[in-house]
Amino acid sequence: MDIIIIGCGKVGTTLADQLVREDHNVVMIDTSAERMHAVSEDIDAIKMVGNGASIAMQMEAGVQTADILIAVTGSDELNLLCCLIARKAGNCHTIARVRNPVYSNEINFIKEKLGISMIINPELAAATEISRILRFPSAIKIDPFAKGKVELLKFKVRPEFKLDGLSVMDVDSQFRCDVLIGGVEREDSVTIPDGKFVIRNGDMVSIIASPQNSAEFFRKIGIQTNQVKSTLIVGGGTIAYYLARQLSSMRIKVKIVEKDRKRCEVLNELLQNTLIINGDGTDRKLLMEEGLTTTESFVTLTNMDEENVFLALFAKEKSNAKLITKVNRIAFDELISKLDLGSLIYPKYITADYILQYVRAMQNTIGSNVETLYHILDSRAEALEFVIREESEVTGIPLMNINLKKNLLIGCINRGGKIHIPRGQDCIQKGDTVIVVTSQKGLHDIRDILRK
Amino acid sequence: MNYSIIFYILGWILNFEAAFMVLPCIVALIYGEPSGWSFVITMILCLAIGLPVSLKKPRNQIFYTAEGFVTVSLSWILLSVMGALPFLFSGYITNPVDALFETVSGFTTTGASILSDVEALPRCLLFWRSFTHWIGGMGVLVFILSLLPLTGGSHMNLMKAESPGPSVSRLVPKVQTTAKLLYQIYFTMTVVEVVILLFGGMPLFDSLTVAFGTAGTGGFAIKNSSMGGYSPFLQNVVTVFMILFGINFNIYFLILIRKFDQAFKSEELRCYLLIIAAATGIITLNTLYMYDSVLETFRHAAFQVASIITTTGFATTNFDIWPQASRTVLVLLMFVGACAGSTGGGIKVSRFVILIKTIRKEMVQFLHPQSLGKIKMDGKIVEHEVVRSVNVFLIAYVLLFALSVLLIAVDNQDLITNFTAVAATFNNVGPGLELVGPTSNFGLFSNFSKLVLTFDMLVGRLEIFPVLILFSRDTWKRF
Repeated sequence: MDIIIIGCGKVGTTLADQLVREDHNVVMIDTSAERMHAVSEDIDAIKMVGNGASIAMQMEAGVQTADILIAVTGSDELNLLCCLIARKAGNCHTIARVRNPVYSNEINFIKEKLGISMIINPELAAATEISRILRFPSAIKIDPFAKGKVELLKFKVRPEFKLDGLSVMDVDSQFRCDVLIGGVEREDSVTIPDGKFVIRNGDMVSIIASPQNSAEFFRKIGIQTNQVKSTLIVGGGTIAYYLARQLSSMRIKVKIVEKDRKRCEVLNELLQNTLIINGDGTDRKLLMEEGLTTTESFVTLTNMDEENVFLALFAKEKSNAKLITKVNRIAFDELISKLDLGSLIYPKYITADYILQYVRAMQNTIGSNVETLYHILDSRAEALEFVIREESEVTGIPLMNINLKKNLLIGCINRGGKIHIPRGQDCIQKGDTVIVVTSQKGLHDIRDILRK
Repeated sequence: MNYSIIFYILGWILNFEAAFMVLPCIVALIYGEPSGWSFVITMILCLAIGLPVSLKKPRNQIFYTAEGFVTVSLSWILLSVMGALPFLFSGYITNPVDALFETVSGFTTTGASILSDVEALPRCLLFWRSFTHWIGGMGVLVFILSLLPLTGGSHMNLMKAESPGPSVSRLVPKVQTTAKLLYQIYFTMTVVEVVILLFGGMPLFDSLTVAFGTAGTGGFAIKNSSMGGYSPFLQNVVTVFMILFGINFNIYFLILIRKFDQAFKSEELRCYLLIIAAATGIITLNTLYMYDSVLETFRHAAFQVASIITTTGFATTNFDIWPQASRTVLVLLMFVGACAGSTGGGIKVSRFVILIKTIRKEMVQFLHPQSLGKIKMDGKIVEHEVVRSVNVFLIAYVLLFALSVLLIAVDNQDLITNFTAVAATFNNVGPGLELVGPTSNFGLFSNFSKLVLTFDMLVGRLEIFPVLILFSRDTWKRF
């Protein structure tokens, strides 16, 4: 598809990089020539310097034939204007980043009246992701599938889980839960495991299951699954505001520590049921006083990566709280993930991910049978949702008799709204929705799962 | 330096060279020439080295500008060395330096030859000589990267190193698609020329080789008289096509997507056509007394001007005996060269446009010290980086040029011969003046001078820096 990206900050660049990798034709526009120069040559796209909201500029970038225009400049109004002009000049889908909380309640009105296909609020998206994890603190990352009926949960195997040394088959027979181990990350490699694969301590295991079943599984292997009851947030920015609002609606007790007096007053005005503490979040005494040792979760949302990481390390030392650390810079992510800081939140990544999901979904409605496509396990594997519309070589045959490709799993079958985790005797039937997990990219049809 | 990916691409270069050699083999088969075996042996050699190296894609895909420059230079050297082998194996050229000179002259689309009697060569070798022009014209790596799946960064870095002109632009977002488009335009235009030449009564073999020579703006002819023996109509056709192949290919793309006004607004194109018109006018007036009619004078003037400015190097008449004014105009045209992004060589019209604008800006700055002048081209600001690179290019050009003239002066030829020999090779033109004029050849130079001129051709085609980087110690240091 032809895609125009306006604004080449971190989000724009991440998006362009990923979209080019996925074989789209990308044109990048930014007003700053220096910023454009800083964009790596590795990104195989046209780079134009100019105002993305000008019609002449958009015309030159090919808006008339483009499929999608994504506006992710620093200014909400400019983004909306870009989309508005693109709608009138061409006939493309438009995606805008709008982050001002003032607009966030009016998003639907703006979307509808201005004809914008998608509006993304990075802070809101990050807050939603954090609250999803706090609802289920044992997981490091949760991706919803099939409209939330199935989830892909990632957790780290710790010695107390009694999983070390068990093969995938043993896990099935020992715990008798309707879950499927869909992927294992060990150091740098990603495996889609078969029955004989043996799990080790320290592996990052992703399971596919319905929320109830995954809860049962976690209980059986000995992980606490209850949602947290209290949260201590350091840094009172926009994410903190959205997060506090969501958490207090879930009846979680929230404390926010914020340095700036004025910001505290604003937050106090905006938020109910939330305790705002005016103080330095890096003050050890203050943290202890506010219950760092007893809180069930600790979220660091300051604007400094170093502070966030440092605070998380300190909290890890002093308490058993579920840690969530916000990281802005992506450059050293492998280093930070080695520190074992619990769940890491990269707001820039999340924004890019949301937009990518939209683009992929659009791509998939064109000439392929894939319903939805998720990149999982650090983008090294895909989870695809197929709708089985007709009988074929793969329907009506027990799965154990189908010669599947390597590194491919049938993750679950959705039959009339009921989720089955398939076993060898199950068959795929017409009308099912099937989720396939694979590290082989480029599947277009359910028949592609067969080994040729 | 990521050696594994460099070797991988070099392996592919050899494979493609073997594939290119299939064509002269077919020619040898058709005409029943035993020299065809020399191509078969070279092909086997190429594949024997190329296939094992290129079989496995390296894991390390890192590819920066340094890798791009080194790969391009090494590719061209490797390509020329292997391409020279058929001349040696067949025994028509016995001196390895001569064979290398001839092949480099072919790939860099120079068209300077060391052969005194071209017509003595078998047809398969003649075909190969001309075909190297066609391959080298648009660039080997541009061709390969339009087919080979590499990562995005490596595409751009290869293209940057190989494409002529101050800055590389993309026609479409993807470099690979851009490369494909360029080759499609190139191929189509070549076919059109072949058809028109055939229509004008030229034999098929001649029209193919002439078209290759024109398309790559090379200039190897298959006749000792270059283009002099063909009918006026054919000469005029070649004139027009030389000018067409000297135009920036982006303009053809703009025409293809029907952005006509943008295409014809190009300052470089206007400047290029203006220079051609002016030079043709001056020479026509200057040489009017030498030919029978005004029309004939004009034909010769236009042909020579087109041939020299596009750095092709065909000739319809011995311009070495023209009056001094005309000879001087031609030598100056050698330096101007064709448009950026075309198949021609030289300093390039766009660089001159930028330089002249820089001078004008400097003058304005003297008159109005507080003024802020940015150089604009086609209504867009030319970035400082580009202006700087043009200036540095020109300085490096002058220095290397002077050094080359000094080095070949050891042979004790006269200054005009030496100067125009370097000008003709550095700018990838082909013939110079006096002893290296259109009717003579480069055979008179010593091996050392031939190597210097060979180096000049490569440096000129790759626009200096990719080749210089090969000789920089920093390039090969680990840190």
